[in-house]
Amino acid sequence: MATETTAPLGAPQLPNGRPPAAQPGTPHEIARVRVPTRSLRSELRAIKVVWKRELIRFSRDRLRILTSLTQPFLFLFVLGTGLSRLASAGTHGVNLRTFVYPGVLCMAVMFTAMFSAASLVWDREFGFLREMMVAPVRRSSLVLGKCLGGATVASFQGVIVLCLAGLVGVPYAAGLIVEVFALQLLLAFAITAFGVMVAARITQMQSFMALMQMAIMPMYFLSGALFPVSGLPQWLAILNRLDPLTYAVDPMRRAVFAHLKISAAARHALDPGVTWWSWHVPSLVEAAVVAALGLLMLTIAIVQFSRAE
Amino acid sequence: MSQTATTPSPATETAPTSAVSVDGLVKNYGEVEAVRGIEFDVASGEIFGFLGPNGAGKSTTINMLCTLVRPSGGTARVAGHDVVSERDDVRRNIGLVFQDTTLDGYLTAEQNLRLHAELYGVPREMVGERMRQVTEMVGLWDRRGSLVNTFSGGMKRRLEIARGLLHSPRVLFLDEPTVGLDPQTRSSIWRYIRELKTREDITIFLTTHYMDEAEYCDRIAIMDQGRIIVLDTPAALKAEVGKDRVQIQTDDDQAAIAGLREHFDIDATVAEGAVTFGVPEGGQFVPRLFDEWNPDLPAIRSVSVARPSLDDVFMAHTGTTIRDAESGQTDTRRNFARMMNR
Repeated sequence: MATETTAPLGAPQLPNGRPPAAQPGTPHEIARVRVPTRSLRSELRAIKVVWKRELIRFSRDRLRILTSLTQPFLFLFVLGTGLSRLASAGTHGVNLRTFVYPGVLCMAVMFTAMFSAASLVWDREFGFLREMMVAPVRRSSLVLGKCLGGATVASFQGVIVLCLAGLVGVPYAAGLIVEVFALQLLLAFAITAFGVMVAARITQMQSFMALMQMAIMPMYFLSGALFPVSGLPQWLAILNRLDPLTYAVDPMRRAVFAHLKISAAARHALDPGVTWWSWHVPSLVEAAVVAALGLLMLTIAIVQFSRAE
Repeated sequence: MSQTATTPSPATETAPTSAVSVDGLVKNYGEVEAVRGIEFDVASGEIFGFLGPNGAGKSTTINMLCTLVRPSGGTARVAGHDVVSERDDVRRNIGLVFQDTTLDGYLTAEQNLRLHAELYGVPREMVGERMRQVTEMVGLWDRRGSLVNTFSGGMKRRLEIARGLLHSPRVLFLDEPTVGLDPQTRSSIWRYIRELKTREDITIFLTTHYMDEAEYCDRIAIMDQGRIIVLDTPAALKAEVGKDRVQIQTDDDQAAIAGLREHFDIDATVAEGAVTFGVPEGGQFVPRLFDEWNPDLPAIRSVSVARPSLDDVFMAHTGTTIRDAESGQTDTRRNFARMMNR
């Protein structure tokens, strides 16, 4: 789109060609800004600024950074350590903390992403959403910026957990870090999109939080973040395969276990991988499932926000 | 607005006189008719006020004009663009200050303004200069680095006005800009609004339910129950009421009332502890009153003459005062009036 995006400086002129109201004797002349027509560039600017706002707000909120890490820490170090004595028979010598590590990483990312999406509900309550909604940009740019912002913030939280890998016996291998980072970024984006989709309809914080808890907790427990996904009773196996989070946790666990030096028996017991009717689902397909769902929810969120008055 | 292929027809660009043009605008929410077919024009450079009690349809109208609410019927053009079919063009050309704050309290004043500049695509090289101008105007330049959450209500409102001006809108909409503010802040907000008119080429469209504020407007439209009841300059509206209010204090009010009827053919009543009546030109009537006041009548101890206020105007057109209309007595009063007319 060949749009004139910059206004000629010092040549203020009204759209209708009238000269600007020159006011001799006024304290200071105010430069007239010309807002360019909508273009790809203006949409990108909007996406970027909404994204940046998420980052600024997150960096201001040090307490949130800290509190959203407590849960993963409890799971990893308290539960992981406490249960390891019980579980030692079944883990073939692998530390339980190592086993739950990918699941805990997902948890850290999920909760941060959820809170990012929740800020949209606050934005509505405190009126700021209106400032964004009346701007001459596409709603899709706003939603996309929000989701990217939430994803960035959540994966920052994931990086903190990623730094802890050494403490639970996961090696700092470049390939592993890159793969896990990419996967958690994907998860963060999908969860934010889910949250934004819900926030498009739910206007009260209490309802939003209750609904998210209701969705997130079962998703988390069914996903196999805390147990291996093979040899489950059929009802649980079915629920597990239907749970989208399964397809984020599993490739992450595979990536981690690929870098562990453990016995074949342990690998078989702890990292069986997700199967569909005995077909071993490749990591890439799993990632694609998460991406597809994320995009679907993003689309729904965009449609809902575009309709909103 | 710029030289692009996407610019709408040139005809829409050449509307130099009307900043806002509304024709048969309707908004229904289900059964409720919030706005029942209104029409008016606002000239470029005008300060135009919408006056009426809460729930009269002012905010709904303003929301339709700034493309936040889709009209159920009728058309509206703002800055030469249709609010439905050219929504983006309208949005680029308007600034908005809502009743409730729409600032991000966790950002600084400057960050809020920069965010706005980005959303509105203000050319980067102009943002700094323009930001300085608008924040200096509202006296917040020194506080630009502070978190908005630390601001008082008045400072927030001032910042919102500055933000609304950042992208040089042609029309600035102010929805109840002074509601909930202390009198001093109210008057300073009004000082900015009037200064604006001299500094920038801008049309100001505002709603208020404060009668005294409506006086500052070039023209006002009084709205009640979804309709515009009357539209004119404040002076003309008051002149239309026709009569000044004269109050005299005497030792014997009943004798004075009888005397007024007999010698001046005026019906007076006792209101607020004084003999009260209306005459077309109060100032000219007072000398005549003393000249022709019969010595037998009780002596006049004091006289006061009041020009009609917009309260009187509202009263004359709606049969109720704006305060009563707000407190929900409108319907009972109207029913009562209907009963009496039967």
